[in-house]
Amino acid sequence: MIRGLGALYAKNISMNVRAQLQYRYDSLVRTLAFLVEPVVYLTVWTTIADQRGGEVGGLATGTIAAYFIVWMAVRVMNVVFTPYGFEWRIQRGDFNAYLLRPAHPIHYDLSFFAGYNLLQLLTWLPVAAVLVLAFRPTLDLRPLEVAVFVVALWGAYLVRSMFLWALGMVNFWTTRASALFELYVVCELLFSGRLVPMDLMPQALQSVAGWLPFYWTFGFPIDTLVVGRSNPELATGLAMQVLWTAVGAGLVALVWRRAVRRYTAVGN
Amino acid sequence: MAAVQVERLRRVFTVPERDPGLGAAIRSLVRRRFRQVPAVDGISFEIAAGEVVGFLGPNGAGKTTTLKLLSGLLHPTGGTLTVLGHAPHRREPAYLRRIALVMGNRNQLQWDIPAADSFELNRAIYRLPGPEFRRTREELVELLDLAELIRKPVRNLSLGERMRVELAASLLHRPEVLFLDEPTLGLDLSMQRRLREFVAAYNRRYGATVLLTSHYMADVEALCERVIIIHHGRIRFDGRLAALAARFSPHKEIRVALGDPSIDLSRYGEVTGRDGDQVSLRVPKERTPEVTARLLAEHTVLDLTVEDPPIEDVIEQAFTDPVPG
Repeated sequence: MIRGLGALYAKNISMNVRAQLQYRYDSLVRTLAFLVEPVVYLTVWTTIADQRGGEVGGLATGTIAAYFIVWMAVRVMNVVFTPYGFEWRIQRGDFNAYLLRPAHPIHYDLSFFAGYNLLQLLTWLPVAAVLVLAFRPTLDLRPLEVAVFVVALWGAYLVRSMFLWALGMVNFWTTRASALFELYVVCELLFSGRLVPMDLMPQALQSVAGWLPFYWTFGFPIDTLVVGRSNPELATGLAMQVLWTAVGAGLVALVWRRAVRRYTAVGN
Repeated sequence: MAAVQVERLRRVFTVPERDPGLGAAIRSLVRRRFRQVPAVDGISFEIAAGEVVGFLGPNGAGKTTTLKLLSGLLHPTGGTLTVLGHAPHRREPAYLRRIALVMGNRNQLQWDIPAADSFELNRAIYRLPGPEFRRTREELVELLDLAELIRKPVRNLSLGERMRVELAASLLHRPEVLFLDEPTLGLDLSMQRRLREFVAAYNRRYGATVLLTSHYMADVEALCERVIIIHHGRIRFDGRLAALAARFSPHKEIRVALGDPSIDLSRYGEVTGRDGDQVSLRVPKERTPEVTARLLAEHTVLDLTVEDPPIEDVIEQAFTDPVPG
């Protein structure tokens, strides 16, 4: 079974890389659009840091620059199948084709976006190079941190995929669950380190964030490279990602069983 | 053992409804109204392995819902059904590898890349061994004349071309049971004929069981010896296509060409048409021998044929007949 799924993943990843290569300019524009959010954060926070004598909340200007440049790579890997897609897929009846295949539909989405994100990640490299020249980030890298960062990127991808897939299944009950996605994004902005590094957030918020999945999808991979965590902290972070992936997968399995019973297979 | 067994199958949908207008929209915020719609209402039938059966009915009769139940997309509200020994709604991979549901406007191909790439994905999905996959693909490419098409991005294909490629993609795993929902929808006449020939060839070559819905009677006449007619979720007829006219049409069509075309034939039956010298008469079935004999005895007949009415008319009659079959 694992071998069969492996072949499915390999094929779908390669197919989506090929599909994206058909649209070179679209991929490029998408990457540039992705730039806007971190560049705004980067500009605002480095300006504040400069005005405060070169640091804010204990983070130096160079560290903040590094944070948001690495942020971009994490954001690219955080692109997953969202409840918007779910809503669209159910309304158009596209879900029928997925349900008729002899594998759980989540595998197509996981492999699809894995292929998609891989290519986007490649386009991030030159952009990051330009930002490095412009903002002079401070990074003190250890090989272990780089290795953990690469694994944590995929961990973040899996955690976010599982929770948004579970959330998307609400569409089986309401047909309009995208408002929940908006709520998810608000929580993500507050608790993940997406808006600002968690070190700059109030202590109470940081404590709550430790009990939620959001930080492990955003802040943790970035902190791995930028803040410099100890080896036990890196191991704990990866373990937390495994834990939240398992929780998300359990949630998906639980909701899925009930959701397909309600499926009305509208459309084609 | 039957490939498909359906026993008192029911599927009821809960449908929200409200009156038009702003007032009704505001009222629906606090009080929702729902209606129970039985799309499939206690139908029973069996289909033998290798049989090709036409599943007919007007729009909203329950045809597509039945196909979706049989393919496992929908859970039944009541009754039992098994296909190839599996309960479809469990959607076991072993079951899904043995069937295919092809819908007229289904899109399982990746839009931006050639269909050949999507075929490769299906190979991985269905875990098809390389040699078997290549052999089936070559056969399908030959039968459906796809050699040029599968190398083009799907978005560049016409509707008819895309339908053929979609069909091939659905059959790469050589399903033993094929559910075809309006497979010729939107295709031109020549493409319709080609698809019909293909389905017949696939059935012959692999002994596949086929359940087909279509609004085109040419599809049904070309492929199905047996038809099931469903209306308002209930079966009205299940039998040989040839027996359908006997059951539902109380008339026969007599086409006669006389030496003197000016003779008024309305006293023999209802004149339904005139084509040159040929006159079409509709007569009650039990009077057909008598009317035919009188026409031959009383006039100089150049040509005379007795036929069942067109199949479309018979099926329409089956939909409107108040007595369930």
